Amino acid sequence: MTALARITPEVLRASTASCAHCNAPAHGARFCCAGCEAAHELVAGLGLDAFYHRRTTEAGQLRPDRLAPADVSAHAVVDGDGHRLSLMLSGLTCGACVWLVENALLREADITHARANLAARRLDIAWRGPAARGNDFAAVLARLGFRAAPWSAACLSAAEDAEGRALTRAFGIAAFGSMNVMLASVAVWAGTDMGEATRGFLHWLAALVALPVVAYAGMPFYRSAFCALRAGRLNMDMAVSLGVLATTAMSLSEALRNGPFTWFDGATALLALLLGGRVLDRAARRRARQSVAELLALQGGGVTRLDGTGGAAACAVDAVRAGDRLLVATGERLRLDGRAASATLLDTAATTGEALPRGFAAGVALPAGAVNLGAPFVLAVTAAAKDGSIAAMARLLEQGAAARGRYVSLADRAARIYVPVAHAVAFGTFLGWWLLAGVTWQEALVPAVAALIITCPCGLAIAVPAVQVVAVGALFRRGVLVTSPTALERLASADRVVLDKTGTLTLGQPELLGAHEPALLRRAAMLAHASRHPLARALLRACPDAPAATDAVEEPGQGVRAGDARIGNAAFCGARDDGQGMTLWFRADAGAAPVALRFADRLRDDADHAVAALGALGLRAELLSGDGARSVADAARAAGIGEWRAGVSPAEKAARMDALAAAGARPLMVGDGLNDAAALSRAHVSASMGDGTDLAQAAADIVLQGRAPLAALPGAVVAARRAQQIARQNIAMSLAYNLVAVPCAVLGLATPLIAAVVMATSSIAVILNALRAEAAP
Amino acid sequence: MTALILLAPLALGMGLLGLVLFLWTLRSGQYDDLDGAASRILFDDSERPKK
Repeated sequence: MTALARITPEVLRASTASCAHCNAPAHGARFCCAGCEAAHELVAGLGLDAFYHRRTTEAGQLRPDRLAPADVSAHAVVDGDGHRLSLMLSGLTCGACVWLVENALLREADITHARANLAARRLDIAWRGPAARGNDFAAVLARLGFRAAPWSAACLSAAEDAEGRALTRAFGIAAFGSMNVMLASVAVWAGTDMGEATRGFLHWLAALVALPVVAYAGMPFYRSAFCALRAGRLNMDMAVSLGVLATTAMSLSEALRNGPFTWFDGATALLALLLGGRVLDRAARRRARQSVAELLALQGGGVTRLDGTGGAAACAVDAVRAGDRLLVATGERLRLDGRAASATLLDTAATTGEALPRGFAAGVALPAGAVNLGAPFVLAVTAAAKDGSIAAMARLLEQGAAARGRYVSLADRAARIYVPVAHAVAFGTFLGWWLLAGVTWQEALVPAVAALIITCPCGLAIAVPAVQVVAVGALFRRGVLVTSPTALERLASADRVVLDKTGTLTLGQPELLGAHEPALLRRAAMLAHASRHPLARALLRACPDAPAATDAVEEPGQGVRAGDARIGNAAFCGARDDGQGMTLWFRADAGAAPVALRFADRLRDDADHAVAALGALGLRAELLSGDGARSVADAARAAGIGEWRAGVSPAEKAARMDALAAAGARPLMVGDGLNDAAALSRAHVSASMGDGTDLAQAAADIVLQGRAPLAALPGAVVAARRAQQIARQNIAMSLAYNLVAVPCAVLGLATPLIAAVVMATSSIAVILNALRAEAAP
Repeated sequence: MTALILLAPLALGMGLLGLVLFLWTLRSGQYDDLDGAASRILFDDSERPKK
């Protein structure tokens, strides 16, 4: 049955044989696992079955995890006679989920408020009673298949409520201003037979609206220009600020002397268009940043600290000091550096890149970031979080990020040449009219400022952001999260790809090799339930419907025993170790011959295609791994990578990036572990896996999500190159507009109407061109 | 001219009213969860069962 189901999952999914809760293939049964059955019972018991008719979640996503939910009650805030709590909720992907979560919680008698935010994956709850109830609510969510984590500072900064709102408010005000100024301006343009007094009245009406708008809505630009100026740079915001302020000043002077036109409409329309672009730009990247913050929040969580009296309490990682003692449960990740009083078995794949767990003797310094696979142990903390190895790594990342901050984007490079030229032209126009043509300085100001506002604008300032919005949005839908503003430009210019092995090129988790008798596999898997060893987990993945053996006992570092049946290492099962790498031995009963179950950390299905595709794009691949030479060589050969290095330390990986940069290469680093983080932050551009460690994701410019993350990479490079090409076209296009419009303005022929038409058409042209970046390669 | 004295403030007033409404919607967080709001409209039962 199992074998059949594995061959024809598509057929089964198409039939009605999918799990009634999570929608994953259930191999003919009503549910795919016990967790889903319990979840379905809970939903039905609450009378919320309507959920199943409405949900649009991906198959398998809502399958409840066996893991205990994180301790969230420590984050509850006292509110009146009860508590408040904000949670990050993974799995919240459709409106029906929002409905189910809110209603399931509101069925609890002491809940006073429950509201989920679908865009931010955030759940706010409030209840009467003690803080500890928070964990009960998290448990309800976990039983439904949603994973809850405390809403962290990282989530908050990703949501960027305050800043994003300020920008939207400025946009709203600028849009209001520009439309209402037009009310007066269009009347002046059209009113050729208008009296002087009426014209003056309309000028002042426009000023009344425009002055506060320019003062308020322009603030984001003035601030950015001021910062750049103080750092001794010129940016596009400088041109925008000067253009807007000069235009407003000139218009005010025209209103004072009751000239033929004022240009308030140009100043406000410019602000509205540019702010609109920024709001969109921010929204596009905000979604990507939020998805990354969601991945990070799920990995976070507290630690269990032991007090002197033998009690244990959950506390935040930041609150732990050197000398504290922590209880590290089986399967828990070490958040801090420390030593254990007993021998331990740790999975160090994230810190060193080794694919197999390794034993550590008592009293040896244990690396933060490793996962405990043996029995629970007590960790004596040697350094607080801010002094530990992870913090040291984070400081290295900051240095890398600072170096990357000096990367000059295409828009800024264009601005460096363009801004001085535009300002020189405007100043020359002013001098020319005032000194040579002999008009008053107020009259000379009009063509000068007209030149300024016609040159500075839109087309150019929108040219690059518009392309970014479209390209970043299109990549997001394909599972490529772009978090850095200049990532696409850097990705477009990458000419080398450096890959990590464990977890990047490979799945990072072993898979069962060969065919085995289903009944035997099932019996072995029953025992494997009792262990968190990566091979035991892999066996369970190969045989997911085996029930747990009730009398199984794990002997850490050895194996699992249930009666006479044993599964574990060779010695434990009475077999002779044949040195074949990842092997689990299984002995069905005392007299039976042990059977070897072989595993391998398989390459991702898409690895060789991705490497070949990247090679075709001109990115030569190179493999850098902390693992042993033999497995690295195997992986390199299988993926078709010619150049590889094994046993590379994190510092050596970072040094390799610097060496490549010094040799003139622009490497794209792809990694997932803590040991890759430093290299990721030093690389020209970097990508990390969606299931990688938090530091690696924070260090990378791009996070690859989904089932085939590597396959998305060549597509992302193509999309980035295309976006870069379109951005260049856009800049060229807006310069072409200027070639026509600027002489017009310098000669004093431009009117506000011409300026408005130029601004609108050039903006529309570049935006339409930017939409081409959407196309899939 | 006399018509303008009436109509211009009227037009501006209506525009301002729209702006104030927009600022209110922004402040009360109505743009925070556009996806959620789109599906919330389909929830037909009362938020909380009568107990």
